[in-house]
Amino acid sequence: MSIFVDETTTVVVQGVSPTSQGLYHGKRNRAYGTKVVAGTNPRRGGEVIEGIPVFATVAEAVEATGATASFISVPPPFAAAAILEAAEAGISFVVCITEGIPAHDEARAYNRLVEEHPGTRLLGPNCPGIISPGKCNIGITSGDIALPGGPVGIVSRSGTLTYQALHELSQNGVGQTTCVGIGGDPVPGTNFIDCLAAFQEDPDTKAVMMIGEIGGSEEERAAEFIAEHVTKPVVCYVAGVTAPPGRRMGHAGAIISGSRGTAQAKMEALSAAGAIVAQNPSEAGERMVEIVKELG
Amino acid sequence: MDLYEYQGKQYFARYGIPTSAGGVADSVEEAVVQAQAAGYPVVVKAQVKVGGRGKAGGIKLAADAEEVRRHAGAILGMDIKGHVVHRLWVEHASDIAKEYYASFTLDRPAKTYLGMLSKEGGVEIEEVAATNPGAIARIHVDPVRGLDLATARRWVDDAGLDDAARVQAADVLVALYRCYDEGDCDLAEVNPLILTADGRVHALDAKVTLDDNARFRHPEWEEFEATETEDPREQMARERGLNYVGLSGDVGIIANGAGLAMSTCDVVNQVGGSPANFLDIGGGANADVMAAALEVINADPAVRTIFVNIFGGITRVDEVAKGVIEALARVDLRSPIVLRLDGTNAEEGRALLRPHLSERLVAEPTMLEAAKRAVAMAVMPGARGTEERA
Repeated sequence: MSIFVDETTTVVVQGVSPTSQGLYHGKRNRAYGTKVVAGTNPRRGGEVIEGIPVFATVAEAVEATGATASFISVPPPFAAAAILEAAEAGISFVVCITEGIPAHDEARAYNRLVEEHPGTRLLGPNCPGIISPGKCNIGITSGDIALPGGPVGIVSRSGTLTYQALHELSQNGVGQTTCVGIGGDPVPGTNFIDCLAAFQEDPDTKAVMMIGEIGGSEEERAAEFIAEHVTKPVVCYVAGVTAPPGRRMGHAGAIISGSRGTAQAKMEALSAAGAIVAQNPSEAGERMVEIVKELG
Repeated sequence: MDLYEYQGKQYFARYGIPTSAGGVADSVEEAVVQAQAAGYPVVVKAQVKVGGRGKAGGIKLAADAEEVRRHAGAILGMDIKGHVVHRLWVEHASDIAKEYYASFTLDRPAKTYLGMLSKEGGVEIEEVAATNPGAIARIHVDPVRGLDLATARRWVDDAGLDDAARVQAADVLVALYRCYDEGDCDLAEVNPLILTADGRVHALDAKVTLDDNARFRHPEWEEFEATETEDPREQMARERGLNYVGLSGDVGIIANGAGLAMSTCDVVNQVGGSPANFLDIGGGANADVMAAALEVINADPAVRTIFVNIFGGITRVDEVAKGVIEALARVDLRSPIVLRLDGTNAEEGRALLRPHLSERLVAEPTMLEAAKRAVAMAVMPGARGTEERA
């Protein structure tokens, strides 16, 4: 099994034109085996672009194709509206990889989802997307570095560190159930706890790798959740030990505010919660490979 | 982007938040002119993006031109926690009856806005939170609904502000919220918000952090951008569109992806070295962006080795290797490079690089080994290259 997306997931790509990022990534995802059933573009409804039927709105696409998930890579000024359009059309899983959305737009969109569209889960923004290897890939993760069959679930705030983790596990013959990039922005639609809870429920996931970074307190909250609710082994890595306070380290959400949000505090909380805390990404991979071997 | 106090006050003024009359001065004589315009007595304030200016002697009261000259002369050029003062803000001194605190920021766990109001202003809010948490009235503001005047009035009552201040303070809070929300601030903080002896409420200081992601809808921020950074390395990186943060070590870092770049700094630190910078060149890592990154690192006199750490996902490693080779041909580097390339098509990429390897361009298979090598090379005599060899 997998979490959030699988072989039954059908995807509408929002913002499809012959030159759009949406088409580029949508085609890649389709080539991986993802069921990309529709695209949207207000000016190109009725067209078929590279085999993808295009509708003017998400609502029309959903009505015609029954799409259950949407994929958004539109530029930052349009991303929040695209998220809400998907939710209003009844999409249950929205993946938004757009980087650079203003924090207030994210906060408003998130709260509108919570208040008006509780049935919609948003993944991202500013994330690499999600892959359930062999079944469904929505986003920019390279399918080549993932290995189907489980037993490891991955959840991460960082794109390249996620790829690194996938690669190290796959090279050692350790597969993944689902790899979720929750993104590096301050208001993520899906957080660590959502993913840890889903992995805990998923019978095929036997262990979880969690990759955090400086900023906010999601890792500390995840630690509390792990201590209380997660019985599966969790291996963690937290980036940013050397990050200076008050500086944004690439990701909008990766900032130590005063003395809050340090990597050290996060690692201590996770360690105290019983998680295995690695000092670098390679060590995290090695520890996970050992754990999977022990699990048989 | 953090604003200087004077910029924060200019930004406040756009949203109708009252501040004292004043002006900017870059020299002693300009300070005297601004003091004259503001009206004596005045306060001469160092403009640096760091707290603790008062304790460091960077804020002084002046009764006449002679005192302005003396204080401005002493404060200009002063070093406050590593920040050199180049600019002053000179404003009319207020007759302070009471000092309060007000701010809006994002509450990340709650995913709503957090407003904090306290009748204990003028000191660090962290200090108040630690010693007298009951003195801070917090409210959560729904980003969809915003803050209305009725709520602001209740909030002012809850915080126990003086009666004389309440009506005006509620108006200021609504204006401050608009500044925070419509003005796309990450932080809008007034400390202190004062009640004057003659019964006026206004902002005596301004701490504003703008959300860089909202630049596209704020053309008026351009004037702030010119003064954004004091680090020439960061200035150079920004001109090249690179995601760079200057640090104090001697191992230059280039990586693709923010998480990987942070992690690369950490690993260098873990093996006993010290990163000179954080630099994320994004997913593509083509020759142009790699060359720009190398130029910025090369311009940092503290750098003794460069660690390039690339993981190829969508961009395959062989493409990255071609970019690195091309970039190296364009930039005349002072320092040796340690390369770690991994990911999709890693073998092909490494094969492309092999003919170019030398004692000044070294490849290592893993992040840890590459970090160790880079750190070892940084302490070797001659690592810095031409300068030291000459």
